[in-house]
Amino acid sequence: MSKIIIIFLSFTFLFAQADDMSVKDIIEAMDNNLNAKSRILTSKMIVHGRRSSRTIESKNWVVGIDKAFTKYLSPPREEGTIMLKDGDKLWTYSPQSDRVIQISGHMLRQSVMGSDMSYNDMMEDRPLVELYEATLEGSVEIDGRDHWIMLLEAKVKGLSYPMRRAWIDKKYLLPMKEELYAKSGKLLKTSTMDGIKKVQGRWFPSRFIYKDELKRNSKGTEWLIDEIAFDIDIPESRFSKALLRK
Amino acid sequence: MIKFLTKGLLRDRSRSLFPVLVITLTVALVVFAIGFMRGTMNSLFLDTAVILTGHEKIVTRAYNEESQLMPNDLALLDVDQLIDSLEQDYPDFFWTPRITFAGLLDAPDENGETIAQGPVIAFGIDFLSHGSRQVEIWELERSLVSGSLPENRDDALISSKMADQLNIRAGESVTFIGSTMDNAFTTYNFNVSGTFNLRKGQTDKQMMLVDLSGARLALDMENAASAIFGFTHSLYYDDEAAVNLRDQYNKTESDSLDVFSPFMLALRDGNQMGQMVDISGAMLAIMGGIFLVVVMVVLWNMGLMNGLRRYGEVGLRLAMGESKGQVYRSMISEAVIIGLAGTVIGTGIGLSLTYYVQENGIDYTKGMEALSNSSMVMPNIFYAQVTPDLFYIGFIPGVFATVLGTMLAGLAIYKREMAQLFKELET
Repeated sequence: MSKIIIIFLSFTFLFAQADDMSVKDIIEAMDNNLNAKSRILTSKMIVHGRRSSRTIESKNWVVGIDKAFTKYLSPPREEGTIMLKDGDKLWTYSPQSDRVIQISGHMLRQSVMGSDMSYNDMMEDRPLVELYEATLEGSVEIDGRDHWIMLLEAKVKGLSYPMRRAWIDKKYLLPMKEELYAKSGKLLKTSTMDGIKKVQGRWFPSRFIYKDELKRNSKGTEWLIDEIAFDIDIPESRFSKALLRK
Repeated sequence: MIKFLTKGLLRDRSRSLFPVLVITLTVALVVFAIGFMRGTMNSLFLDTAVILTGHEKIVTRAYNEESQLMPNDLALLDVDQLIDSLEQDYPDFFWTPRITFAGLLDAPDENGETIAQGPVIAFGIDFLSHGSRQVEIWELERSLVSGSLPENRDDALISSKMADQLNIRAGESVTFIGSTMDNAFTTYNFNVSGTFNLRKGQTDKQMMLVDLSGARLALDMENAASAIFGFTHSLYYDDEAAVNLRDQYNKTESDSLDVFSPFMLALRDGNQMGQMVDISGAMLAIMGGIFLVVVMVVLWNMGLMNGLRRYGEVGLRLAMGESKGQVYRSMISEAVIIGLAGTVIGTGIGLSLTYYVQENGIDYTKGMEALSNSSMVMPNIFYAQVTPDLFYIGFIPGVFATVLGTMLAGLAIYKREMAQLFKELET
């Protein structure tokens, strides 16, 4: 009898049930919604500065988690700027200087185009299930919708955010709100998403809001997805470093 | 009477030439020493003023709060208009915009691939405007190690230490990697027109100087600046005047509720500069005071000796019927004439010497190079400074001390008894 109880308890701990899904299932479902084999998207980033706001338009080509090509379309000063991610390397090309610069080291912590996102945020595209150990903290209703509160703690070293807390919509299976923490427990960033639409069979937000909590008086950055298409064939040549200066 | 005494002095060189000579030399020394000490202190402040603080500095209130982070997103806007009004309202200063920024300096090979990269602290300085005094106050002509001064918008001067570290030579191109005023990533190519060495220890280790227009393009800061620096035309820092101006400006032009309104800081408001200014002021007062006292004692003693040397002459004059008061007054009048003559000549010589050193300086470069590994910011050339008080300070020892000495010596006149005079004269 005691063996049965122990087995039952172990089972409960290993597969902490959240309604009819395990914690792992939820994280995987969330990863599936946000990641794809490939995607092409055009978006606007509205950076709310302390004095004024700027809108930066870009087009992205992304394959899996390793390759991404971003071309900035406007404003005029940023037009033609390109960013290329290939594995753990990130290059940027600026037409103003006609130079291809690899962004590495402490530069990865810098803001992308003055936004509340850093280059590191762009680099960490790996599925959450590979990076974090999740614990269900509870459920909560926000704006009439049920959410799980999930605590994710890093299981690999060197992550920008060793701990994050996510409020996951039970229907959309998307982290509607996230708090990103440093190892010390200090809140570094928050992100929210809204405007959820069904795109090619998956729920996907049309607006993200990022806020760097370390920036004094930060008003956050909005990222608006204008168009997005998943699982499209993108030629390998799109991610060639040689093409950056052309 | 004065004419009579003057003639007497001129005819008796032992009473005029030597005392005037001593007073002249002493007063000249006092004037020059005080001018040199004051100039040296000012040279120390000027280095900090040129690089970091100006004699006055205007930034936004928000920038001032976070100035250590060089937050150019909080920079001053409409800078040309601000400078126009400053020049109109405060013509005792010349006003110049400054952009301070940091990032990486990237040296490419012929294919544009990075061969070396290092951190850089850059200053966008108004070199190219008509009438700009920036080359003069940075002493760049003297500091140039190779190449030439910036002539175009994209020209840059980099410190010789950084040039050696990144293996960059004059004539090559480098890329600045950093953030614009909007914190967006930026890369901008500068042509290295030359290298410089400020000879101020590690101060210029990672320093790059570019023209303001180039910095504005690189950082997308059209008609904006991190700060506006104000310098007195003479480059002499008068703390009291600077503080008064700061208070007046902030009262009338700065809105405490608007974080982007301009806010003026005096040199003493910089990091620990207030203490430095106060300490140097106190040191100057103590050193000047001690020097003045020593010199006064010397001249007082000279007056005393002159009086005592004429003991016999005074006795004779008293014996001939001159009253004690008459003799005493004539001796004091003579001391005043000698003191005035010596002080005027001494002040003239002292001022000339001070002015010469003010314009040309005394070069201590070799001595300072020995200190080049220390982190001290020290000037290499010490300049004297002619200030209004130098025109009258020499009168304290020159006239006052001499007359005081003579007065003290003359007191003996009143102590002498007529009955003993002939007895004394016989011996």
